[in-house]
Amino acid sequence: MKELMLGNKALARGLYEAGCMVISSYPGTPSTEITEEAAKYNDIYCEWAPNEKVALEVAHGASLGGRRAACAMKHVGLNVAADPLFTISYQGLNAGLVVCVADDPGMHSSQNEQDSRHYAQAAKIPMLEPADSAEALLFGKKAYEISEKFNTPVLIKMCTRVSHSQSVVEAGERQVPAQVPYVKDPTKVMMTANSRNAHVRVEQRTKDLVEYAESCDLNRVEMGKDTSVGIITSSTSYQYAREVFGEDACVLKLGLIYPLPEKRIKEFAAKVDRVIVLEELDPFIENHCKQLGIPVSGKDTFPICGEFSQNLVRECMGIDTPDTLHIDDQIPGRPPVMCAGCPHRGVFYTLKKNKCMVYGDIGCYTLGAVAPLNSMDLNVCMGASCSGLHGFNKAMGEEGEQHSVGVIGDSTFMHSGMTGIADISYNMSNSTIIILDNSITGMTGHQQNPTTGKNLRGEPAGKVDLEALCVALGFAKEHVRVVDPYDLAEVDRVLKEELAASCPSIIISRRPCVMIKGTVHQPPLKVVTDHCKGCKACMTIGCPAISVRDGKAQIDTTLCIGCKVCTQMCKFDALQS
Amino acid sequence: MIVGVGGQGTLLASKMLGQVLLQQGYDVKVSEVHGMSQRGGSVVTYVRFGDKVYSPVIDKGEADVILSFEKLEAARWLEYLKPGGQIITNIQEMEPMPVITGAAKYPDQLVEKMQAAGAKVDAEDFLAMAEEAGSAKAVNIALMGRLSTYYPEITEEQWLAALEAIVPEKFLELNKKAFALGRTA
Repeated sequence: MKELMLGNKALARGLYEAGCMVISSYPGTPSTEITEEAAKYNDIYCEWAPNEKVALEVAHGASLGGRRAACAMKHVGLNVAADPLFTISYQGLNAGLVVCVADDPGMHSSQNEQDSRHYAQAAKIPMLEPADSAEALLFGKKAYEISEKFNTPVLIKMCTRVSHSQSVVEAGERQVPAQVPYVKDPTKVMMTANSRNAHVRVEQRTKDLVEYAESCDLNRVEMGKDTSVGIITSSTSYQYAREVFGEDACVLKLGLIYPLPEKRIKEFAAKVDRVIVLEELDPFIENHCKQLGIPVSGKDTFPICGEFSQNLVRECMGIDTPDTLHIDDQIPGRPPVMCAGCPHRGVFYTLKKNKCMVYGDIGCYTLGAVAPLNSMDLNVCMGASCSGLHGFNKAMGEEGEQHSVGVIGDSTFMHSGMTGIADISYNMSNSTIIILDNSITGMTGHQQNPTTGKNLRGEPAGKVDLEALCVALGFAKEHVRVVDPYDLAEVDRVLKEELAASCPSIIISRRPCVMIKGTVHQPPLKVVTDHCKGCKACMTIGCPAISVRDGKAQIDTTLCIGCKVCTQMCKFDALQS
Repeated sequence: MIVGVGGQGTLLASKMLGQVLLQQGYDVKVSEVHGMSQRGGSVVTYVRFGDKVYSPVIDKGEADVILSFEKLEAARWLEYLKPGGQIITNIQEMEPMPVITGAAKYPDQLVEKMQAAGAKVDAEDFLAMAEEAGSAKAVNIALMGRLSTYYPEITEEQWLAALEAIVPEKFLELNKKAFALGRTA
């Protein structure tokens, strides 16, 4: 039966049909639904791990235990998982192992635009790149064949437009291979002689995979009538090429993106007058072609930065783009904002009020950087708020220590913040870290994590006690403080105390995300119009439920959840429940 | 294209549309935006159908129809409409943060301006229809009701079958009512 399926769901289906038994992942847009959809199949054990490194090690452990396994992550997650990735490549497997990684060209929801294909080359691991949902499903299955045939993990590279586009697929049956027996093998210990031998094996494997790339059906030549140009492409760029150049164009469509074939590319190039490489981000295929001595157009014509589209390809090729309609008005932007009632708001308001330098982290709370709160100075990657602040304070001394904080969410803290605060306590850093504990992984769409007490499927699970953990990591009990972010006076008082204290401090700001199903909302507030002076003090917290019309505050009752943070701003008691 | 503000239910609308088009035997691609943009930001879903669809996205000057959940969003995505193309928009105004903070103004007379630019515009209070049906949240389905009238080759039964496939049983009657109001009002 034909059905419309999201790319991520189709990939999950492919893993399922291939008999995958264990999936461990950390959520990250645009990869999250791969694991969430796989978890809907009761036959697969699925879990959220604290981070991608752990997830990959779990999945690899399952492979060694004899069952087909997988993990999924966003592109920056692969940086975290890179350590095990490179050595798993050497050690090999028992049953098949698939690592799904989703890039985000255009950075719809990411802090950088790195191109994951380089990891395939660097770790010497084959990488498949589907161009739509049907291929995502198919490649999910193919990946296991390759993985087991060549004794290597296989990367499947998704991107936002493949992950988050629905297209037509036909699902098949699940087939579970027999469990591969575990046999103790002394060469599996990755040290000295074993690793040297493994490296030799890996180099031979890559040669074998090049041979495979020459003939496998993951790569295909589509010769059209027009041989003036030949396009070498993959993923969504293939779709844009077909959209612009039509059915007559000659295309070499690559599904196995590493290692790339040699003979096949040379043969294709010989059949056309000139070759264009169409690929998003870095010149990966292009560089390979140039190494083979094939003159190609690539990044001299198309940009490295940003996402492609059919019009971008048209513009770069000097082809007319469609006519468009315009109005003269400036259309105000509609940036994402913290939700009405978001527990992070009170913390960022207080940090702004205290003129703090705020080293932020990765999550919904990155929105603390935008107007009108403007209270985040920096962010880099998961966990950098803790370790980065410590370094900042070592350079700044008291001036930094008394006016700067690191801000990190509960899930991000479990991912990479713990080691950073261990550095703070161990090295007796006078640094203050605020953990925004909203009891969920918010940004990626509400996933459970080790602090929530529930597992991926929402069932009761082990629960990390954040206060006890911080104490165990070396923070004095009296400097592990818990505050309610709806109580601005309390947040302000505790912040001032911990900034003034000459020791490592943790402030846990605890309130569940208002968007979690089951979070109790209070009735929306009302504006007492006679009291309202139109001073706009309530507007300084940047709540989307509050606006000012005709000189008076107004509350959007469909958004307001009655958190009363705004009432603490009003001197005239104009906002009431 | 289905455009609106994060949280307005655009994804459910595109799911329903995708279902209907697939049942008509078309090749279909639906491209969504998840993550950061959903937090009250501007959101867009591209729906493309035909004998064979390649690109999952719609580019400037290519859309036959823009179904907009909010007036400013219709104007934001106007360039994506083909000259002479159809806009169906809810007349609701939701102020974005730059307007709330006073850094920008919500433009006036947008419907008239979009018409003058060369778009066909069908603007109505779909929020009122959703509320009449029983919930403001059904605004997406009221809009789908109106969209359905632009595809006479697809029967009402086929639209309702798609609705039944995606809406939980307990909200079905409410949504059917919203669909009917959008379709006939």
